[in-house]
Amino acid sequence: MTGNLGINGDSAVALAWKQVDPDVCAAYPITPQTIIVERFSDYVADGEVETEFVCTESEHSAMTVCIASASAGARTVTATASAGLAYMWETLGIASGLRVPLTMTVANRALSGPLNIHCDHSDVMAARDLGWIIMFAENVQEAYDNAIMAMRIAEHPDVQLPVMTNLDGFILTHAIERMTPLDTHAVKDFVGEYKPLYPLLDVKNPVTHGVMDLQDSYFEHRYQVNQAMKASAKVIEQVFKEFGEISGRHYDMIETYKCDDADYVTLTIGSTAGTMKAAVDELRAEGHKVGAVKLKVMRPFPAQNLRDVMAGKKCVAVMDRHLIVGVSGPVFLEVAADLMDLPDCPKLVNYVYGLGGRDVMVEDLKQVYMNMMNDKQDKVNYLGVKL
Amino acid sequence: MTTSLKELSKIPMKLTPGHRLCAGCAEPIVARQVLMATEKPVVVANATGCFEVSTTIYPYTAWNVPWIHTAFGNAAATCAGVESAYHALRRKGKIDQEMRFVAFGGDGATYDIGFQSLSGAIERGHQFLYVCFNNEAYMNTGIQRSGATAKGASTTTCPAGSCVPGKQQYPKDLTMIIAAHELPYAAQAAPHNWKDLIAKAAKGFEIGGPAFLNTLTPCPRGWRHDSDKTIDMSKLAVETCIWPLYEYENGKFRLTAESARIAEGKMEKKPVSEWINSQGRFKHLTKDRWMDVADAIQEEIDRKWNKLIQLTKL
Amino acid sequence: MKTVKTATMGGRIVEPGSAMKFETGDWRSHKPVLERDMCIDCLTCWIYCPDDSVLVKDGKMGGFRYTHCKGCGICARACPKKAITMVEEDE
Repeated sequence: MTGNLGINGDSAVALAWKQVDPDVCAAYPITPQTIIVERFSDYVADGEVETEFVCTESEHSAMTVCIASASAGARTVTATASAGLAYMWETLGIASGLRVPLTMTVANRALSGPLNIHCDHSDVMAARDLGWIIMFAENVQEAYDNAIMAMRIAEHPDVQLPVMTNLDGFILTHAIERMTPLDTHAVKDFVGEYKPLYPLLDVKNPVTHGVMDLQDSYFEHRYQVNQAMKASAKVIEQVFKEFGEISGRHYDMIETYKCDDADYVTLTIGSTAGTMKAAVDELRAEGHKVGAVKLKVMRPFPAQNLRDVMAGKKCVAVMDRHLIVGVSGPVFLEVAADLMDLPDCPKLVNYVYGLGGRDVMVEDLKQVYMNMMNDKQDKVNYLGVKL
Repeated sequence: MTTSLKELSKIPMKLTPGHRLCAGCAEPIVARQVLMATEKPVVVANATGCFEVSTTIYPYTAWNVPWIHTAFGNAAATCAGVESAYHALRRKGKIDQEMRFVAFGGDGATYDIGFQSLSGAIERGHQFLYVCFNNEAYMNTGIQRSGATAKGASTTTCPAGSCVPGKQQYPKDLTMIIAAHELPYAAQAAPHNWKDLIAKAAKGFEIGGPAFLNTLTPCPRGWRHDSDKTIDMSKLAVETCIWPLYEYENGKFRLTAESARIAEGKMEKKPVSEWINSQGRFKHLTKDRWMDVADAIQEEIDRKWNKLIQLTKL
Repeated sequence: MKTVKTATMGGRIVEPGSAMKFETGDWRSHKPVLERDMCIDCLTCWIYCPDDSVLVKDGKMGGFRYTHCKGCGICARACPKKAITMVEEDE
């Protein structure tokens, strides 16, 4: 990947925030997100942003401050990881249920216990029910781009949902990669001005925000959240299109790599999606018809996009960097439910991998394809565990 | 700050009738008084609890001012969020008027589950007034004990039974803990003395930093007294020194109103037994078997009262 | 406002004070009655009413908001002139 700046993922997110200059940022530090808030603190201290930066005493308070700030009418951002996301869990559903357009970057790290500070997707996956738009990044460039696009998505009048942009802990947060930032001017033009709906600070039009629903109205409000999530797919695709026009980088809900004539395909999220392409290239060089799909947007769930690429394949291996204890990986379940009524539904298998930062190499991923080709695997497999 | 009821009665309602708090509940009495204490536009943050639930049952709101509720243990952080947005937008010239921010929370939301977020918001110096409605239990969920529950009080999670006479522990002295943050202003008030309460709320609104107002809000349901006795209870709490009226302002403690008069010997200090006899939640303490608990309560009230008087002399 | 089409986004209520439409007056079993001759317009009843259901007109006690008064009796107890009596609500 070419680019004119060598920077780690966390610093790239902080740079994106700097260029946007949000009204408020409330956050609590947690490895491996810390560099985001530290870099951003430097910008605050040097007067490079006007952001009201609130160092809350916990993540629960951080998200609370963000919800209240965004409801008040301020463009608001935050970041967290793992236990921090878990600590704010109660407030995540509140942010989406109250239709608050704020953006949060999550540095994906294993949930305790035992304590592990390294990359896996258990934090975001455990929160996938909660009504947030969820996007992932394969590399530092994407992490930076996502942090900017997220605001346009969240704030769109047809959406009005909080957006979670994810990047792999340590693998992307701390590793330096080359990337090309946009001009600050271009970023500001792209995100535009935040136009809040019914801001609390508009005292001439007092609004009551965060009511109690009885049995007669909660279901309808949740249904609306559901509708907004589904409507957001169109908005996301439009934002991707516009972003592509100013950056030259064209994203999609899913990205396919050499899938057209592939018989065997994997589905991966995050940095491993990059490694998977290397595995595909090596196997292709040996004459195997294999391809890789990257899931960039998980919420809204790109049901049709996945059906379009996977229908008719001989076998699809879904890679999951989280284990639903006693069951399988989560993406596997969602893909299975999505594809199961296809007349030409592929065979589906699951590979749980990389928990707690367990490294996954090109050779390991090639083995996934070899297993598919030889039809030698279980329905749910655990890649890399030392039995 | 106007102090005549005639003048106060001209202020447009910020909290309307039509809320579903119990008949005789002290919380809306306190809230009405607090909201009269500032003429500036005010935004309210509210913790989960009786007050929040009863004033905002969709699609009805009893609020004529902007109001937000997010969760239970975070009213202070919620208020801090609105206040932070205000500062950010004011700095950018997007808001051109002064506003005030108030958070309401019960003793559950303030002494216990929301303590951390309150402490953090105070430490960070947000400009807001936090008003605690202290009715000495988690009333909204059915009268369970809180850190504010009085020693000897019967609640559903520390009931007076055949072996245990209600709550074993003395209540947490939250006002003192907040004062230990050395914030600009903290005070205790009670709704029977509206003049004292409104003056304290007004000070809190104008102090230019974090302010804390702890108010005793008698609860007919939870305390087991008639709904028309709410104001009587408030008065009795002060007269027995169960709930002294005082201020902590810029490092100094000062008794106010009846409490000042009691300390000066100008008003009778009533025995705690009057308090115990007035409410059903203490009725087991009138039995011979638990006389020592009633005595211990009196001793503790006296000790704290004397300590408070010493603090005012510093 | 309770169907998917009509419910407000996030449950936001944009009509301030709409609770006025919810008349809690039918909660009470006793209602306050004012003996006007004994009243000194001190407004003590007004400041203590949990439901803001004492009406004030030109700084004077203007009666009760019976649509919302819950009959708690605080006003009757607080009145320094005993000008308010709680009487049983008619059938």
